[in-house]
Amino acid sequence: MKKLTIIIACSFISYLTQSQDNSNGTFQGDFNLSAQSYYEDPAINAEKVDEFLLMNAYSNIRYNKGNFTFGVRFESYLNVLQGFESNFNGNGIPYRFAQYNVNGLDITVGNFYEQFGNGLIFRSYEEKTLGIDNVMDGVRLKYSPFKGLSLKGFVATQRLFWEQGPGIIRGFDTDLNLNEAISSLEGSKTYAVIGGSFISRFQDDNNPVYNLPENVAAYAIRSTINRGKISFNSEYAYKYNDPAGGITYNNFASGSALMSNLSYSQRGLGILLEAHRVDNMDYRSKRGGTGKELTLNYIPAISKQHAYTLAALYPFATQPLGEIGFQGEINYTFKKKSKLGGKYGTQFGINYSRINGLNGGPSELTINRDHTPMFFSVINEELYFRDLNFDLKKKISKKVKVMLNYLDMIYNKDVIEGKIIGKNVHARIGIAEVNYKIKPKHTLRSEFQYLSIDKSDKYYKDQGDWVMGLLEYTFSPHWFFAFVDQYNGGYTSEGKTYEAVHYLNISCGYSKGTNRFVLGYGKVREGIFCVGGVCRNVPSSNGFTLNITSSF
Amino acid sequence: MKKILILTAFLSCCLLSESQNRTLPRIDLKTLDNITFNSSEFNNDGKPIVISFWATWCKPCIKELNNIAEVYEDWQEETGVKVIAVSIDDARNMSKVKPKVNALLWDYEIYCDPNGDFKRAMGVGTVPHTFLLNENKEIVYQHTGYKDGDEYDLFKKIEALLK
Repeated sequence: MKKLTIIIACSFISYLTQSQDNSNGTFQGDFNLSAQSYYEDPAINAEKVDEFLLMNAYSNIRYNKGNFTFGVRFESYLNVLQGFESNFNGNGIPYRFAQYNVNGLDITVGNFYEQFGNGLIFRSYEEKTLGIDNVMDGVRLKYSPFKGLSLKGFVATQRLFWEQGPGIIRGFDTDLNLNEAISSLEGSKTYAVIGGSFISRFQDDNNPVYNLPENVAAYAIRSTINRGKISFNSEYAYKYNDPAGGITYNNFASGSALMSNLSYSQRGLGILLEAHRVDNMDYRSKRGGTGKELTLNYIPAISKQHAYTLAALYPFATQPLGEIGFQGEINYTFKKKSKLGGKYGTQFGINYSRINGLNGGPSELTINRDHTPMFFSVINEELYFRDLNFDLKKKISKKVKVMLNYLDMIYNKDVIEGKIIGKNVHARIGIAEVNYKIKPKHTLRSEFQYLSIDKSDKYYKDQGDWVMGLLEYTFSPHWFFAFVDQYNGGYTSEGKTYEAVHYLNISCGYSKGTNRFVLGYGKVREGIFCVGGVCRNVPSSNGFTLNITSSF
Repeated sequence: MKKILILTAFLSCCLLSESQNRTLPRIDLKTLDNITFNSSEFNNDGKPIVISFWATWCKPCIKELNNIAEVYEDWQEETGVKVIAVSIDDARNMSKVKPKVNALLWDYEIYCDPNGDFKRAMGVGTVPHTFLLNENKEIVYQHTGYKDGDEYDLFKKIEALLK
């Protein structure tokens, strides 16, 4: 009924607007379908799938007229692909909204995505490839009373598959651009923006044993300062105690996060330094939620996001319960016609990141333990992740481009996969990619990747070494063909021996304008698939894949 | 039943008015200095605009923008086109955008869309996704994905706008 009321109201507003001005409305949409067939394949541990064929699909439709926007998304998971939560199974419209902007007041009713600052206390977002969609449903207002100041506020609940989470979330955010707001700073060489945000979650306390807070708040303050080639950003967040009321997890400690980054850049050179400290910052719209469900905040991972297949075999995801991390990155372009630049210039990059646990673990306040970790401690702490990598891009001639990468990575397998302390995997990865332009619009691309595992007893041998080769032919603007082989030499894990196996995969794609069809066949290796530091575990599979995307 | 009603209402709402060439939605983006900038203020004095959605972790995106960068000066001289590169990097990689584009010697106008608001409003599912806008800032052409050589077709479409 509520939905119906919204729609009627929207249609009415839209009708009114139409009669007020003569401009026509526009509508647009996009469509995405992924389907996969699954064959049982004991050699790669691919299990039988009863449905044989699974599909994820969605379509957005948006209508806009002047200051009025209305949109819906239809989603269909029949049944959901392997590696996603089975709770998605089914069809529905989990996303619909109406938005109106009048004299600077922006009103949204229905669903909306939003992020405050860097997201340390609040980020509602979607990442379809990871099965994440924690969209809000309620009312949001945005207003700018004068130039330079913007205010946002909302009251809403959060999506959990096809339902809503139990918490009611109230949020407020403000952003002040000092140069725009204070006339004496106009034209200053230094730009500064400051901001603050506040979130509060209400959830009933029905716990028979513990007296739990029904309203749990968090706040954050942030600033950005730019002067010439230098930028400095920082944000601090604090979360009040949020005990879950269970025997195993009933921590009354509060949480905090601090992140900053400093960058220097000029033509041809970019340098970035980053650090963050996170302590007990798991914050959800449901008390004691787990996994990816109902997350309210987002702590950006402080390591490089790798795109090559084997470089992404051991991806790091932030540990919101507690970590200290650093990252440094330098990108440099050797100029054309210089000694190292050659005729066309050479792009070079180096990146280092290191993340460790907090001293004695995250803050804890329980019946048995009262612990606050040292603010700063990196020596002798549990190492979570370390990555040193280089990349080089060079155009050799009009026809040939070469890319080289080298990575040296330590990955704390146990901790990243959920344990408190653990053993590491140490991998060294070399990658070479060559692009060869046969003639304009015809390009042959090849990749060779090798991942070597440190075999000493200090480290897990995990799945051992990997080799990968890729050959891709593209014919612009319509066609591509690709052939990939990933080879694993076999390994033993938990007493079980896995034979050597080739993961062969062929695919071809056709695209015209915004329509794109990709058909693939072959084996997919088990692995963690990540975007932006959030990951999804994909089981091994063998079969056909079909992907269709379109937009208008 | 309720859902069908929503859809029906929505479709009839759309059909109430005839569609025309799409223009840019009004969405707040961030400049490289973290200052808010509204997408409706994109401007190239009546000359064509190319909007390319990209991300620091997206190899084909970087390839596309690197390849256009090689010919961008010629393109600008011949057609006056402006390329606007919108990064969809989230808070994890947003701080890397400014040093990266400087190091890569890109002379594009760059904006960040850290929570995907502009991306959603433009109907962008995956990157790279490139739009071409005419003198009235109406979307006249778009394509997704990038293959070496796609920029030739894009340039033909830009030239066609000037005829």
